[in-house]
Amino acid sequence: MSGPDKAGATLLDAIRRARETGDFAAITDRIPYAGFIGMTVADAGGHALVRMSVSERVVGNPMLPALHGGVVGALMESAALFQLMWEGQSTHLPKTVNFTVEYYRSPKVEDTFAQATILRRGRRIANLRVDAWQDDRDKPICGAHGHFLLQP
Amino acid sequence: MDSATIQRLFLETPHNRALGFSIVEVGTGEGVAKLPYGDHLIGNPDMGLVHGGVITTLMDVTCALSIFSTLDAFQPMATLDLRIDYLKPALPRKDIYGYAHCYKRTRNVAFARGVAYHDDRDDPIANAVATFIMSPGITSPGITSPGAPQ
Repeated sequence: MSGPDKAGATLLDAIRRARETGDFAAITDRIPYAGFIGMTVADAGGHALVRMSVSERVVGNPMLPALHGGVVGALMESAALFQLMWEGQSTHLPKTVNFTVEYYRSPKVEDTFAQATILRRGRRIANLRVDAWQDDRDKPICGAHGHFLLQP
Repeated sequence: MDSATIQRLFLETPHNRALGFSIVEVGTGEGVAKLPYGDHLIGNPDMGLVHGGVITTLMDVTCALSIFSTLDAFQPMATLDLRIDYLKPALPRKDIYGYAHCYKRTRNVAFARGVAYHDDRDDPIANAVATFIMSPGITSPGITSPGAPQ
């Protein structure tokens, strides 16, 4: 079972450290699911830019071919959570209350990017919008919006 | 569509195989799928919790399953939108099940809703509602484009 590492560092600690050192791999290295879907995170001018490197295991339709819609949803939810932790001073991990994904285009079997914007951050709830794209940022493949609880 | 055909389609999806999904039950307008617990699904390493996105994938798949079971013959379909409400945290190291019901299907659009749960469908982890675009008249899984309204 995972948990805070031997030094007692949590995911939030890893994110704080990454902002100082630029070592963003230290964040996703701690998240087994990120490794499973090939997800990494980088800093893009104060935004958490999330990338999923393509692999056979994230394919949904091998005939078209296309990525699995669910995994693109997962990527977008991650982008929202990372953005909240990127900008926040919270001592808790935010919790997803709800998340709505809209699919615009068939996701090609290519690297996929996602980035979130905080529309409003209240004391308890934050509202975010997420875009996902592949080769052309002006042609998003999916969009999402969600509410996140900032308090335990 | 009969359950053997649905099962075959389900397992042709590499991501479903990678997650270890299996179909528990599929009947007219209803479907149940199982997601076996695995450490690779952890999204919150501090608490050992499964990533919420895995539940999104489970519910997308289960909703699709319930819609396929209403069809006489295969036709491609694509998710238009999917909303998940997270009702309570999933427990660490436990399998998660998805149940969905296609409560309305027209020629072009299908509507499904369902829940994700551990042991008790009446005490769910998450609630899901999804809309799919159908492709009437197309019989090959490789022709249409999921995600792109026809």
